[in-house]
Amino acid sequence: MARKIPELNASSMADIAFLLLIFFLVTTTMDVDTGISRRLPPPLDPTQEPPKVKERNIFNVLISRSDRLMVEGKGGDIRILKDQAKEFLANRANSENLPEKRLETIPLLGEFYVSKGIISVKNDRGTSYDMYIQVQNALTQAINELRDELSMEKFGIHFQKLKDEEYIKAIQKAIPVSISEAEPEDIGGN
Amino acid sequence: MRETTLFVKIAQPYATEVQKLEKKSLVSYIYIGQPLNKKLGTESRIQLNDRFATVNDIPDFIISERDARDEVDRKMITTSLKVDKETKMGVVTDVKQELRHAGAFKINYSTRKQVTTKR
Repeated sequence: MARKIPELNASSMADIAFLLLIFFLVTTTMDVDTGISRRLPPPLDPTQEPPKVKERNIFNVLISRSDRLMVEGKGGDIRILKDQAKEFLANRANSENLPEKRLETIPLLGEFYVSKGIISVKNDRGTSYDMYIQVQNALTQAINELRDELSMEKFGIHFQKLKDEEYIKAIQKAIPVSISEAEPEDIGGN
Repeated sequence: MRETTLFVKIAQPYATEVQKLEKKSLVSYIYIGQPLNKKLGTESRIQLNDRFATVNDIPDFIISERDARDEVDRKMITTSLKVDKETKMGVVTDVKQELRHAGAFKINYSTRKQVTTKR
């Protein structure tokens, strides 16, 4: 006599499989790498004199070993650093003590006054990386906002939304990332 | 989904102006942070691939990373610095100096996106 094979109710199998699938879809995180991009300058040529830059064209940012800011010789605050940097780079009123501008012809934009301003960042060996990133972030934000404003004015579209490589290049040329980092040296012990 | 096991603590700082890193195959990583193993002290250490290293190992690391890529891609290599936020800038500056001398100019300070409410 053939024995009856006990039947297994598998009707909910699909539901369970789906539930598991959804669960892992939700809980797995793909590590997306994000960060602030920078370009390091090539090593200094010891035989070459560093180029002379006028005082009005430099925006000094100093971060002390205790993470305190010194902006243009005065005590600074990370919250207003972005606006200070924007004001410096834009120099809308063509003020005497803010940076000079150089007339350049840029494709798609025509003649444009490019600021000669350079932001100089200097930090101590004891500065925390967190503070350093906050400062870099504020300065990047200043540049990004200026680019965005220019893009809105000229093309009527946000800089982030620009697709055409040519347009992006034009804006980048009009407002370059002019952040210079001082050659490392100890300022105030270890 | 990480290729290397971390030996150092990496709590990345937050920033608002972050960009996505394109082409992961062209990115090499340098990790800097306190060792996870408490016996090794609290001094920030550099990790390259899957071992501890010193600043002097960086040129060799860059060369080997370059050799691993196709010749056409070599100029496009980005070095991603994954640094713990409590690290002192001294180590980071040393690493950056070495990268400059090794000719790896494209760098990326790895930060996490800070969610801000739009005004």
